[in-house]
Amino acid sequence: MSPCNTGDNIMTDATGPMMAADGRPLKASLNRALRRQKLRALALIAPLLVFIMFTFIIPIGQMLFRSVENQIVSDVLPTTVAALENWDAETGQAPDEDVFYALTQDLMVAVEKKQHTRLGSRLNYEMTGISSLFRKSGRSVDDIGEVYADQFIDLDPRWGEAEFWADLMGAEGLTPDMPFEMHPDVFTTFARAAPAYAAFAATIASEDGDDPREEEPWNSVYLALYEDLKEAPKFTNAPKGIEIMSEFAPQVVDFETIDLAAEFADIDEDWVDPAVWQTIQTYAPEFTNGYFLNSIDRQKTPDGAEWRPEDEQIYLKLFWRTMLMSLAITGSCILLGYPVAWLLANLPMRTANVLMILVLLPFWTSLLVRTSAWKVLLQQQGVINDLLVWIGIVADDNRLALINNATGTVIAMTHILLPFMILPLYSVMKTIPPAYLRAAKSLGATNWTAFWRVYFPQSVPGIGAGSILVFILAIGYYITPEIVGGTKGVFISNRIAYHISSSLNWGLAAALGTILLALVLVFYWLYDRIVGIDNVKLGG
Amino acid sequence: MKLTKTLMATTALSMTSVTAFADGHMASEMTIVSWGGAYSASQQAAYHDPYAEMTGVTIINDESSAEAVAKLRAMNEAGNVTWDVVDVVASDAIRLCDEGLALEIDADEQLAPGDDGSTASEDFGDLLVSDCFIPQIVYSTTAGYRTDLVGDTPPTSICAMFDLEAYPGMRSLERRPINNMEWALLCDGVAKEDVYDVLETDEGQAQAFAKLDTIKDNVVWWSAGADTPQLLADGEVVMGTTYNGRLFALIEEQKQPVAMLWDAQVFDLDGWIIPAGLSPEREARALDYVRFATDTQRLADQAKYISYGPARASSAPLVGQHATLGIDMAQHMPTDPENAKNTFLYNYEWWADYRDDLDAKFQAWLAQ
Repeated sequence: MSPCNTGDNIMTDATGPMMAADGRPLKASLNRALRRQKLRALALIAPLLVFIMFTFIIPIGQMLFRSVENQIVSDVLPTTVAALENWDAETGQAPDEDVFYALTQDLMVAVEKKQHTRLGSRLNYEMTGISSLFRKSGRSVDDIGEVYADQFIDLDPRWGEAEFWADLMGAEGLTPDMPFEMHPDVFTTFARAAPAYAAFAATIASEDGDDPREEEPWNSVYLALYEDLKEAPKFTNAPKGIEIMSEFAPQVVDFETIDLAAEFADIDEDWVDPAVWQTIQTYAPEFTNGYFLNSIDRQKTPDGAEWRPEDEQIYLKLFWRTMLMSLAITGSCILLGYPVAWLLANLPMRTANVLMILVLLPFWTSLLVRTSAWKVLLQQQGVINDLLVWIGIVADDNRLALINNATGTVIAMTHILLPFMILPLYSVMKTIPPAYLRAAKSLGATNWTAFWRVYFPQSVPGIGAGSILVFILAIGYYITPEIVGGTKGVFISNRIAYHISSSLNWGLAAALGTILLALVLVFYWLYDRIVGIDNVKLGG
Repeated sequence: MKLTKTLMATTALSMTSVTAFADGHMASEMTIVSWGGAYSASQQAAYHDPYAEMTGVTIINDESSAEAVAKLRAMNEAGNVTWDVVDVVASDAIRLCDEGLALEIDADEQLAPGDDGSTASEDFGDLLVSDCFIPQIVYSTTAGYRTDLVGDTPPTSICAMFDLEAYPGMRSLERRPINNMEWALLCDGVAKEDVYDVLETDEGQAQAFAKLDTIKDNVVWWSAGADTPQLLADGEVVMGTTYNGRLFALIEEQKQPVAMLWDAQVFDLDGWIIPAGLSPEREARALDYVRFATDTQRLADQAKYISYGPARASSAPLVGQHATLGIDMAQHMPTDPENAKNTFLYNYEWWADYRDDLDAKFQAWLAQ
């Protein structure tokens, strides 16, 4: 408790609360005045806050969200996912007919909505081949159940009429100008055909603007109808549609039937491969840690997380490389920047200004231009190698590889990030009075002692500020490593860019980005613990 | 889940906000997205200018084809598609079609019939690789070599790429598995028709990587089409792969000592897609433009400016001379019989499946 509070308490105890001039308690009056000030301050920063909220915080939150979001599987294959819950991958068998029935119904809707190929691309990230499996199946799934459609129509031509179906399934009292609606009772009578017909009606209405009263149902609806009629005796108390049911149920026993699993296997053998179903089952939940596992070279399996095969492990290596090279770049920026900043701070004003322009000039030049210039300088037939060969330091047939590797990235990025080191260093050094050095020397210190014991400690806050700027910028750099990094000098951000713009695996990109963000925060925290963020000075 | 959708839309919005102000198009204005550079210039001269003259439409050019797939996806999520016609390579068109981001096209109904009386689908033939894709040009990824750095026996086969004894020095290859894996297998004795069957197996992939291992230390890996021409011009590499049009410019326009190695060139396609979800008047405009720009004469016209082959069979006889150099363009087309003696057909469906997996392995291999 602060002394002030203690005093307050004593006074309250002795004489009651202290009053302001207007008779209110002083504390309340002060709070009021302060609140008004705080509100005014808040109003002043409000535009910035809103701006940051919309351009920074929400997108980052959304990126974090994408890294776990996985609704597409359960959105596109809702009944399949539910049916698959009872299936055990351990058996090594493909799932039973119920699952294939659910797949037929889901896939039919998905194809009409053009969602099946999207799901295929999503699952292809986890198992190679699923993309074409879905694309291929999308072309043939509407044939499944045709056998039943033909037999129903042979039995009674009314089954081929849109009107007949709509009367059977539709609500009572529908006029042609009203949108089609299902009768609630048919869901009891036709446990399978009604949902299938409802899905058909809703899909053609939303996708093509068609009316189910004018369209013959999909083959998958006939499949559902057959399944219902086959088991009809169970529903003797059912309301609407019962007469149809009792009329046709006895007749379908002679129907030629199909094996759904075989139909799918006919489209593509992969449908009877348990591994495919295992992938669908593993990625069925709406949220997944799969992307995060992938981004640390592991993979999600039914038995938990496993390491990826060794020939696919890359991300941990890239994270590690990004860290190490960013540290190397920060280190070389300190080594090169410190003397320059010292010169800037200690030369006469005129010379210092010229030097300052030299520091800033590259800062104002396009990043791409500077990076490409390094290409010309560093390549094997480039300026630097030519010079070294001419002097005789390296042999003509043994020129140095300075680009398209880690060396190239460190050189080019050190150059690009150098101003971020020099400027904070300069502003700190500018505030160190030269008299301190002279005093140290007059007390008998050598040049080195005076620098190391007196000057350097005072310039540390500048090094701190420069280092944190350079390191955090370097860790997320993308363009320069892409151009001069070759294969051994690329960073994790290059893979993130690849997954955003090329492979379209945004979930994985988001997970990698989240990890990178977390790493930066960890480094910041470590930095605060070791150097102390209060010791950082960005300006005088 | 409403929150989810809102959140997604917000981010997508902030990603596309740069182009968002272009909203409110009338059908009298259209945004066409392409690759930029000489390629866009050839489209400007062959398609945009005559079309604008004919219809009075204002055409806005956008050079975003390289990141078209990602941007279209973001625009679609934000519900604000600002592009009308987009130039993409065939594999991207397939992905856009898969994602439901591109409009499906009925070739015979919506595209012009060929000048020779064939229907559009006959005229384009196998090149209609996706329901959404309207082919425009055939280009190839092929190799070029420095004539002054290969000694007395210039290479005649793509396998020279893997022959460090006969052709020492650096090479440049694209930093991705596509094409490189196929060439590696071809040069390791696998028959052309078996390449993808072999590449499907773990042993086949290991075989391809082992072959690439033999030259790994001598390869500069490129990611932009302009890299190889620069590397060849500077003598950084002895030979390297890139798009045939880039090599044409290097050889014929910049007169560098470089020659084409057409052997085992890999054909690829570039063409138009129309984004899904356009307003009816913009969609009608886009379809009208595409019908005009991909007719027999227009496709042949483009070949006057750049050495890419027209996608219609009926355009081939109409290919003439280069607009400024005055050289006969037919012999510089990847489809010219002399150049197409040994070609390799890129399998789109196969790569759509294996791309993610092989790319992960390829990048891991590169990082080793």
